[in-house]
Amino acid sequence: MMPRDEDEIIRKRQRERSRLMAILLGLFVVLMFAITIAKMSINQ
Amino acid sequence: MTSVPLHQEQTLPADWRDLYALTKPGVMKLVVFTGLCGLLAAPGPIHPVLGFTAVLCIALGAGAAGALNQWYEADLDAKMKRTASRPLPAGRMSRQTALHFGVGLGVFSVILMDLAANHLAAVILATSILFYVLVYTVWLKRRTAQNIVIGGAAGAFPPLIGWAAVTGDVSTLPLLLFAIIFLWTPPHFWALSLFVRSDYANAGVPMLPVVAGNDSTRRHILLYTLPMIVAAVAPWALGLTGWIYGAVAVGLSATFLILAFFVAANRASDPKQMGPEKKLFAFSILYLFGLFAALVIDRWVIA
Repeated sequence: MMPRDEDEIIRKRQRERSRLMAILLGLFVVLMFAITIAKMSINQ
Repeated sequence: MTSVPLHQEQTLPADWRDLYALTKPGVMKLVVFTGLCGLLAAPGPIHPVLGFTAVLCIALGAGAAGALNQWYEADLDAKMKRTASRPLPAGRMSRQTALHFGVGLGVFSVILMDLAANHLAAVILATSILFYVLVYTVWLKRRTAQNIVIGGAAGAFPPLIGWAAVTGDVSTLPLLLFAIIFLWTPPHFWALSLFVRSDYANAGVPMLPVVAGNDSTRRHILLYTLPMIVAAVAPWALGLTGWIYGAVAVGLSATFLILAFFVAANRASDPKQMGPEKKLFAFSILYLFGLFAALVIDRWVIA
């Protein structure tokens, strides 16, 4: 059995990293969309 | 700060702040700035989104190189006061996490650069990451006192990448920008290594002051400052930039040379009495910022 405080730290870090990963993935999608639009506008 | 032995596997998931620290954000500022200046000084337009992505990739590539450097050097970092509190030597992260993070970030940055800019920019970015990790960190750093002379090339790639992202090729001016940073790195790092000499000595890193002594290092600083100044003034002397860059390059280089003379004249061995070395180190950062800022202003004003 894991000590309670350590378990809490793990959950907290996992939560923070999940949130950050969600934000970064969202930004990546936006960036890819913007790159595609930019490339299309250059090729026109 | 409590540290755990490196062989003891860290079981807690790494804090995202430590992953960020692994990318060496302090070093990244100069890398991003010189890369951005290379991009802005290049002739021809670039779509703002693609320009932003290229600079982002330079930052991510530098972060990847920093992470892989810390992954490989965790044992050295643990022995030096300056680096002992980094995530790996302090035991806040497993080495495997650092390796996966560094490789993932590096591959991602190169692929994104290829998508957003062009093959050449992606190839130079990949080369810069591999050069820093394999040539400097793995091969040279622990073997020779000339580690920083050759390894300095790794930090000189960003303006080349920025330029290539816009033009798709490499010409004389970006090569001179490469040469400026390449020749600037030894005096910059040797100034630092003089006042943290004991750190490098304890860790067994053959930095020049450890191997050749303080006086020899001070002479080397002055000696290497001369070709650096030639490279810094060359873009103006060759007519590739205007008088704004020329005036700033001459002024900053003259100041650098004076400070290098003060360093060469200093005989102190106690870090507390190494005022000239600390001044030169601080000024060297300002010098590079100033040169590249002047280059961009010059190119934009003249244009």
